[in-house]
Amino acid sequence: MDMKMKSHLLPEFLVERIDERCTRCKVCVKQCPFDVHYYDEELDRMFAREEKCVGCQRCVVYCPRNALIVRPHPSTYRPNNYWTHEAIQDIKKQAETGGILLTGCGSDRPVRIYWDHILLNASQVTNPSIDPLREPMELRTFLGRKPDALELEVNEDDVELKTELYPNVMIETPILFAGMSYGALSYNAFKALAMAAKEFGTLFNTGEGGMPKEMREEFGSNTIVQCASGRFGVDPEYLNCAAVIEIKIGQGAKPGIGGHLPGEKVTATISATRMIPEGTDAISPAPQHDIYSIEDLSMLIYALKEATNYEKPVCVKVAAVHNIAAIASGIVRAGADIVAIDGFRGGTGATPKIMREHVGIPVELALAAVDRRLREEGIRNKCSIIVGGGIRCAGDVVKAIALGADAVYIGTAALIAMGCTMCQKCHTGKCAWGICTQDPVLSKRLNPNVAAKRLVNLLRGWSLEIKDVLGGMGINAIESLRGNRDHLRGVGLEEWELEVLGIKGAGE
Amino acid sequence: MWSEKCCKVRRRLEPDKDMQACAIFGVMNRSGERFGGDIAITAMKNMKVRGNGLGAGFAVYGIYPEYKDYYALHVMFQDKNKDAKDVVDEFLYNNFDVIHDEEIPTNPEANVDNPPLFWRYFVAPQKKGEERNLSDDDYVVKKVMYINTRIEDAYVFSSGKDMGVFKGVGFPEDIAEFFMLDKLYKGYLWTAHSRFPTNTPGWWGGAHPFCILDWTVVHNGEISSYGTNRRYLEMYGYYCTLFTDTEVVAYAVDLLMRRQKLPIEIVAKIFAPPMWDVIDRMDEKKRKLYTALRMVYAPLLLNGPFTIVVAHHGEMFGLTDRIRLRPITAGEKGDLLFVSSEEAAIRAVCPDLDRVWTPHGGEPVIGRLKKKKKDAEEAR
Repeated sequence: MDMKMKSHLLPEFLVERIDERCTRCKVCVKQCPFDVHYYDEELDRMFAREEKCVGCQRCVVYCPRNALIVRPHPSTYRPNNYWTHEAIQDIKKQAETGGILLTGCGSDRPVRIYWDHILLNASQVTNPSIDPLREPMELRTFLGRKPDALELEVNEDDVELKTELYPNVMIETPILFAGMSYGALSYNAFKALAMAAKEFGTLFNTGEGGMPKEMREEFGSNTIVQCASGRFGVDPEYLNCAAVIEIKIGQGAKPGIGGHLPGEKVTATISATRMIPEGTDAISPAPQHDIYSIEDLSMLIYALKEATNYEKPVCVKVAAVHNIAAIASGIVRAGADIVAIDGFRGGTGATPKIMREHVGIPVELALAAVDRRLREEGIRNKCSIIVGGGIRCAGDVVKAIALGADAVYIGTAALIAMGCTMCQKCHTGKCAWGICTQDPVLSKRLNPNVAAKRLVNLLRGWSLEIKDVLGGMGINAIESLRGNRDHLRGVGLEEWELEVLGIKGAGE
Repeated sequence: MWSEKCCKVRRRLEPDKDMQACAIFGVMNRSGERFGGDIAITAMKNMKVRGNGLGAGFAVYGIYPEYKDYYALHVMFQDKNKDAKDVVDEFLYNNFDVIHDEEIPTNPEANVDNPPLFWRYFVAPQKKGEERNLSDDDYVVKKVMYINTRIEDAYVFSSGKDMGVFKGVGFPEDIAEFFMLDKLYKGYLWTAHSRFPTNTPGWWGGAHPFCILDWTVVHNGEISSYGTNRRYLEMYGYYCTLFTDTEVVAYAVDLLMRRQKLPIEIVAKIFAPPMWDVIDRMDEKKRKLYTALRMVYAPLLLNGPFTIVVAHHGEMFGLTDRIRLRPITAGEKGDLLFVSSEEAAIRAVCPDLDRVWTPHGGEPVIGRLKKKKKDAEEAR
């Protein structure tokens, strides 16, 4: 039975046009991939199909006369604290489609943001603050396994290093770009991340979509290559071109499930990079089907190390879930050199809303628990910890490092730097900013040189801010902040939360 | 030690870290000739304004030649608690051969308030069962830790052979007078400390020097990397009970120098490493070494202002932080080597120095016994 159904959904955004400013240039029509704006020749007027508007603000930014305002639609249901506008809309959507709700980006639910309940310390009197404009401030960081001790042979002035070190990768700032695949991202966005990582001396992460061959030589040493459940684009050359290999078990936006890149996005170049036929769906299974246990993980870790002659650190990325401390400990014991933890707020190109909104735990708590557990077991220096999932500013970075992280992953923040406005429509493939799309017309909107410049600027700005904060604390090397929870205090937190974070309350 | 402690002391709220400013001084006769306390006491008096009378102490090496093969345990009993002493006595008799014990002589006329009871025991380990596998040193450390954390009102504050720590609440000259350091003891190496605690009332055990086995540390400054250092040391079984920066330094010294056997020259580069831009300009071999040191021992970088003087038998070294926020001054006169917070204090006890200098950050001033040097050469 096929019947036409009138949609009951309210529009999400109101598109307002200041008509005396509008010259009917139709830039808005050309800029909007969602087909919102149109021009009526007979009336010589611009109109908007506002039910289609996603609030990406592309038309507003590009309108040459500043004639447009796009804001949340004032229409509401009867206000109800329990049956919220969103809850009602979601039910209506499902009643009309019968499907699961899909969305993009990280969770926007008002779950407690622990970063905002932690405050930093500064030196006064007993200990001088250090002026970062006059004194060196060091952010250099090494990712990988460290030995418990160094063995040296000392003969007068000559010191011979006897210990053979595990492979470590050096980065000039403790900020890395998180895994975002070519396929989810446009080629230009993907390349911009690589260019920025190279220029700044840090790493970007290929995500699970492989790495285009022509990028390998130039950007390999600034690349973390991912080996995920779909094994897309994984071959010896891919593994060997990289600085770090990451086994992706899960991600914060959708712990416990896999991924799905629809066939229409699998263009010729993506097909070549992922090593799958053009136009076929790229499906990443929920688990890695050769990893059903910790010993299986260990076998894959060592298979990858064998394939790369034990020259590269191997990272295992997991979503922050309830039992994260024990999981991380198992990962380190299985032979991983780096553990990456992706928190509840982690972003994604596409996820079922139910996974994004209801599964996982905040990364702040996960990090604190993992760092403590690894120390209790005496294995903290056997691995580096990277955390990601909602790092918004340099303050979050500093707090993460003081809680125990070696470095952070930024995904969403990097996309925002390139142009993303968090409209959460990544899964539609119609990204108006040319970031999360394979549409050649839309992709062309993003100039990789300009986007890379924005990314480098962001890294530079945050790094300068981190140095400022370090100087204030009387610290001149980032390693002296790592795990230094004495420099953190909690505000507005319950006793158990302070306990998990391992910090004192403000004033204590 | 770690596991049993950790399980027992599982609390989120740790006591406040002790913050302080101080005066420190060290003097060593590199020929091993022993001398009295006058030099150290006079020098400390000269820096009186750097302390506030809430803590001072001395470490002296070479004071018990008649018992030099036995660990000399100096124990204080809070509030002169005799019950605590009974418990300690029993514990020591069960775990050691106690060769001799006596009250540490003190001067009741000295200007100090409420001193605890001080006792010293000369002991040899009496290892049983599984503990037979421990070295004598590790065994002593374990037993000292036991007393300090499990026996109420008892605190072992000195545990080396042929050396001793004397400390308490008061100005340095008061503590020296109390223990009669100028009259009763002669050593070839003295280090001294005077405190200016900013947030904790003085406690006799909280004064410096800090001591494990024959290793002593005196320290001035506030280490801003304290949390990082402390949590790293916890992984190696050092559980900080005093919450002072000095304790962290002492444990780090023990881990690196005694357990890992790294020389002072290397340890100095771990505590106060050169900047990366300096390392990047070194020749390849050196660059690799310094990079490895910073990579592996990053959690033991001591950040923020500090001056430390570390001593053990035959060796003393002074070190200041990597950007010299708390400078140290060194002086030489013949066999005598001085290190001090202030040059004036050295001049006060030795006006005609052969040489005086202020070393760069991270560059240790090292004094070694000449005999020891010769032994080392022969061994090679």
